[in-house]
Amino acid sequence: MLSPLLLLPLLAIIILNLPIRSLTQKLSVWVGIGLSLWQIVAVVLLAMGHESADAWGKYFTLGLSCDNLTLVLLMSIGIVTLATILVGWQTIGGEKQRFGFMNLVFVAMIGMNGTVMLADLFSLYIFIEVTAVASFILIAFQRNTNALEGAFKYIILSATATVMMLLSISIILLVVGDTSFAAAGSAVKQSQGNPLVIVAIGLFICGLLIKGGVVPFHGWLPAAYSAAPAAASVLLAGIATKTSGIYALIRLTTSVFANNESVNSILLLAGTISILVGAFAAIGQSDFKKMLAYSSISQVGYIILALGCGTNLAIIGAVFHLFNHSIFKSLLFVNSAAVETQSGTTDMNKLGGLGTKMPVTNATSLIAFLSTAGVPPLAGFWSKLIIIIALWQNNLHTYATIAVLASVLTLAYLLLMQRKVFFGKVAEGLGNVKEAGWGITTAASILAAITVGVGVTFPWMFNSVLMPISSFLK
Amino acid sequence: MTINIILGVSLVLAAAWTVMTARLLRSVIGLALTSMILTIIMFKLNSPLAAVFELSVCAGLISAIFISCISLTQRLTDEQAAAKQKERFSKFWLLPVILVLAGVALYQVHIPLDFHLQAAPSESDVRNIIWNLRHLDMIGQIVILLAGAFGVVALFKD
Repeated sequence: MLSPLLLLPLLAIIILNLPIRSLTQKLSVWVGIGLSLWQIVAVVLLAMGHESADAWGKYFTLGLSCDNLTLVLLMSIGIVTLATILVGWQTIGGEKQRFGFMNLVFVAMIGMNGTVMLADLFSLYIFIEVTAVASFILIAFQRNTNALEGAFKYIILSATATVMMLLSISIILLVVGDTSFAAAGSAVKQSQGNPLVIVAIGLFICGLLIKGGVVPFHGWLPAAYSAAPAAASVLLAGIATKTSGIYALIRLTTSVFANNESVNSILLLAGTISILVGAFAAIGQSDFKKMLAYSSISQVGYIILALGCGTNLAIIGAVFHLFNHSIFKSLLFVNSAAVETQSGTTDMNKLGGLGTKMPVTNATSLIAFLSTAGVPPLAGFWSKLIIIIALWQNNLHTYATIAVLASVLTLAYLLLMQRKVFFGKVAEGLGNVKEAGWGITTAASILAAITVGVGVTFPWMFNSVLMPISSFLK
Repeated sequence: MTINIILGVSLVLAAAWTVMTARLLRSVIGLALTSMILTIIMFKLNSPLAAVFELSVCAGLISAIFISCISLTQRLTDEQAAAKQKERFSKFWLLPVILVLAGVALYQVHIPLDFHLQAAPSESDVRNIIWNLRHLDMIGQIVILLAGAFGVVALFKD
């Protein structure tokens, strides 16, 4: 069941681009919805132990691997891609443009699915690049100055990350003679103290921190997220950068560079700085999407902080927060897409009182912001709680305190956003604004239901879903 | 040893010229030159396959694509080029200095090479490596090419 997750989107691209465009252009959105729904079902079947039903495996031995961490990411990719397609359907005008957008979404899907199903450093690098190339084009899709500037910033910083990762892989290949996670992991363990190996680890981690938009490598992220078309922002902020930067970091720090104290210290520091810089920068923003972009930097900081803590509970918290963040951040970007399409602006100073005009967007935005701020019983509260408990248990009291206090900052800037955009009197010129179309509201409702559902069922989820996640930790 | 030093220094000089020159065409020629020197180094390091790829793809194909793209742009006048060159030198004059200092520093630092260096698998059949051992990477490469094509259509068509 793993190989179709790569091959079916590729097959879809080939078939949709056959010279029968008049038909395929109309079908592309439905194919995308079908593929993402199928991915969600496939993950559920895999989680229930239906691997034996893999008829494709007989014909395509691609050397893919799957554990619980992979399943969590595949599920996030399926859900966020579905939301992206629904938003794109509504917001990207013109059948031809929408068709081009769908092709790029399929490419990104292949890149992300490949990234999470691989167990080889070089293949990981290639599929991270597949996702990155699709992301560059998606950011520049609108072809205006801001979009091109955002894409250019991302290309430059991403190319720097690429060079770092390639250099690291070269050193590892030189020392180990193999790029598989298993071989590289055991060799790294045996070569503790070898300066070349330390340089390789440092370069790879820096590369991934750039890809993940972690402070101090975050320069590209606000420009890219805010300049991209609304639907592309959902994909980028929701899952693309999480997969290519943060997932890869979790995978490598647990499987290849395991239990390295220097790495953990760097991650603790980078995570804390990200939480604070992201939160303080978000407070000063007047642009809806830019504020969400800085909020994303701050929330990713929690994942990095947990990763730096390094205990099993902390890693579970990191993976859980990664999933939650992909859902509630996507939801916030879906809401920003709704506001942008209906009001024509993302400048919060020009917005106001949209709550009565856009009730679904208002309600789902409230759920997303409360979850982001870590208010119980929503999903974001539980993942932050696990991270803070893990930090406290590991005697990292200062980091735990900063994480708690930063949640108050999160609550402050998101409350400010909610008040400026949705509460109060209707802003001038917005009297005729209506609720966004069904594509956007459906996407928002699905994501909000997941946020509430995961939060409410947490006591059951902790034992039956979250604890088994740790089985990937050796 | 002497030829290795000459090749190494030439590689750095060609790369520095590529990023410091003001004219795009000269930059492409510098890039091709860098690739050609790298090809010789790879060949000397007993990696003929990597050398062939470097020569055909990086020095050949990519240079051709760049030149065809540059032919669509407007040429700078001599005055504009001179001003641009001056601006670039004032911005990047530290680059060659840093490169030389980094080279000297690396030469002085003792890098432990007491591990077993893995030789390039020259005895293996390249077809076996590409189609059987690294076929997943080939799928990735194909998808990157597709993404490039979609990018050209989405950003440059119309």
